[in-house]
Amino acid sequence: MKSRREFLRDAAAGAVALSAGKLALAGMPGTRGDEKSRVVVARDAAVNAAAGPDEQKVLDLLDKAMAAHTGRDKPIEAWKSVVPGSILNGKVIGLKVNGLGSKGIATHHALIMAVAERLQQAGAKPGNILVWDQNAHFLEACGMSVNTDSSRVRCYSSDVAGFEDEPVQCGAVRLRLTKILSRECAMVINLPILKDHELAGVTFSMKNMYGVVDKPFLLHGNNCNPGVADVNAIPVVREKVWFTVGDALSSVYDGGPGFRPERLWFPNALIVGDDRVAVDHTAWGMIEKKRAEAGVPTLEAAGRPPRYISVAADRAHRLGTCESKHISVIEV
Amino acid sequence: MTESGARFQGRRFALVVLAIGLGVACAGCKRKSIDPFPATGAVAGWEKTDDTRVYAAKDLWQYIDGDAEQYLQAGVVSTSTSDYKYQGRLDAVVDVFTMGNSEGARKILEAGGNNDAQSVQIGDAGIAYAQSVTFRRGSFLVRIVAYEGGPGTQQALIGLAHGVEARL
Repeated sequence: MKSRREFLRDAAAGAVALSAGKLALAGMPGTRGDEKSRVVVARDAAVNAAAGPDEQKVLDLLDKAMAAHTGRDKPIEAWKSVVPGSILNGKVIGLKVNGLGSKGIATHHALIMAVAERLQQAGAKPGNILVWDQNAHFLEACGMSVNTDSSRVRCYSSDVAGFEDEPVQCGAVRLRLTKILSRECAMVINLPILKDHELAGVTFSMKNMYGVVDKPFLLHGNNCNPGVADVNAIPVVREKVWFTVGDALSSVYDGGPGFRPERLWFPNALIVGDDRVAVDHTAWGMIEKKRAEAGVPTLEAAGRPPRYISVAADRAHRLGTCESKHISVIEV
Repeated sequence: MTESGARFQGRRFALVVLAIGLGVACAGCKRKSIDPFPATGAVAGWEKTDDTRVYAAKDLWQYIDGDAEQYLQAGVVSTSTSDYKYQGRLDAVVDVFTMGNSEGARKILEAGGNNDAQSVQIGDAGIAYAQSVTFRRGSFLVRIVAYEGGPGTQQALIGLAHGVEARL
């Protein structure tokens, strides 16, 4: 059995290997050469999230988003261009969902299963797909049941898997990483859900990484800034969690991150990208637009602009770009 | 009885009265152990579908993450929650926040209102939306939220809110 130190060493080595080639460049501003960071916003009102999303239409919307992001029309080819063959063939791929807002505003089950289906068609074994969040209640909120049977898509939470004994530095604090990220998964696809956030302003791709550490509340100070950027800059997070399939089928535009039915809205959209900062910058724009339509003050006026987004792009963090001129938003 | 004996008896009487008074006062200070969650069938149509979960203030982030901050600032002591179902079809959650005092409960209730909120007569004050009811009573702040809307939802929630209120 491997020691903890060996696990961490291997995890880091795996992440570095994963980072070779295209992945090494992912999420870094300007690292596609002269290319802009590509963020796809795919919408389809027929998904009808207000009535509980239509599963087939969610799958179709995912395919449309992936095709726009990768330039490959065939869904399987699109996924193979995102997830390296070395991972599809035998490594564990995590799907980090977000069920904190209860089942009223959690990553939709239809989206989770759509991603899992396409990964399997691309070559991943069901048991090598692991859906996870902080605890079983959050997973239930996403419509998932705990399952450790490797003949099917697995599903369990960090509080069951446990955390590393040795904390890692995260900005000014030291936190322990979930073993699901540090040991189990070779790659994690981030499946957050778009919400307003009482402290951070917006919670989406980067904020969802609060679910990988044991004491996320230690990162809540100063409107989660630089906490959000710091947690994403932890090497294992930076290197394993770089692709986002963001759920904006439904959203809470004010009063989040909890479920506020009176502030619920249904963009019927997915936001896909490999630059987490650009993804969050785009998502922030959507929240602000909706707030303006609803006559709610801007997040700046509300005293909680998501400043962590630009901090994540700064020289100290280098997690992506938040400059509009360097982001190509593709609406499909 | 001598003068000094009378003074001694007087002091004893005063001590007894003081002790009884303190005892009564302390009993009044003790927070009653309250289970605010109506059992299945206690409110017409409502079924309690989950065990009650309780979070101390320091653990509230495990339940509501960033939302916890406003409750902590308002002096939350503990939070308990349970799921309910109405007539086998409408899912809802009841959150009971035990604040340090009534001012904390008032502060949270006022922060949760907007122009669309409808005032309701539950507890000391309450507001309702189509899919949620929030009220305060003393140092308790209760929030009931339905996961789906539809005709009769608000009335069903108000019925459950009265059921909770009666147990506080």
